[in-house]
Amino acid sequence: MNWFSIGIVSLLTGIMASLGLGGGMILTLYLCFFADIPQLFAQGTNLLFFLPIAALSLIIHSKNHLVEWKKVFPLIITGAFSAVIFSFWATIINKVILKKAFGGFLILMGIKEICTKVGKTKSERSEPSRK
Amino acid sequence: MIAVPILEKSGLEQKKAHATSIAVTSILSLISVIIYIFKGGLKISYALPYIPMGLVGAAAGGFILKKIPDKKLKKFFGFVMIFSGIKLIAG
Repeated sequence: MNWFSIGIVSLLTGIMASLGLGGGMILTLYLCFFADIPQLFAQGTNLLFFLPIAALSLIIHSKNHLVEWKKVFPLIITGAFSAVIFSFWATIINKVILKKAFGGFLILMGIKEICTKVGKTKSERSEPSRK
Repeated sequence: MIAVPILEKSGLEQKKAHATSIAVTSILSLISVIIYIFKGGLKISYALPYIPMGLVGAAAGGFILKKIPDKKLKKFFGFVMIFSGIKLIAG
């Protein structure tokens, strides 16, 4: 085991995960190509790794008043429902096509994130402008 | 990658969208872990070596998220999405 590379990969993945940027790709790629772990186990390991990292991140972010817990539950329901839909699509549409389509979607969303300005929050939008 | 834009659209500022998305994805990840356990695709020993420095990263991320300007976070997130998209298309 190369503890130095394990340390670097875990640190980077932890930072990315805590920033809400994902980061799982870094760890999964490392597990598959350098740690010689089969892909199914690499994906499971990535998910398992995320749980304590997410727990600590949420404790810190909650203390900093950055987590809106009211928004969490509806999004979990939507997320779970979407996962069921996509799992169904994956059985009837070629997985490679689905993967590439999602990749294209992410690229478009990424360009949108870079090109659009930081938006106003709902409360800022509803406040009358003072002149 | 999906939760953050949805939360932004719902009116959350950038940092709150990122922080709140972790709560959503952690619960969905927990459900996935349970499914993996039933399918026999999980070995806890594989994850253990990565957790200590991962927790250090989580603490660092917690500090960074509080300090980083929304604009920088938004752009960095955009680049991460583009990179992820390219990776999915390239295979």
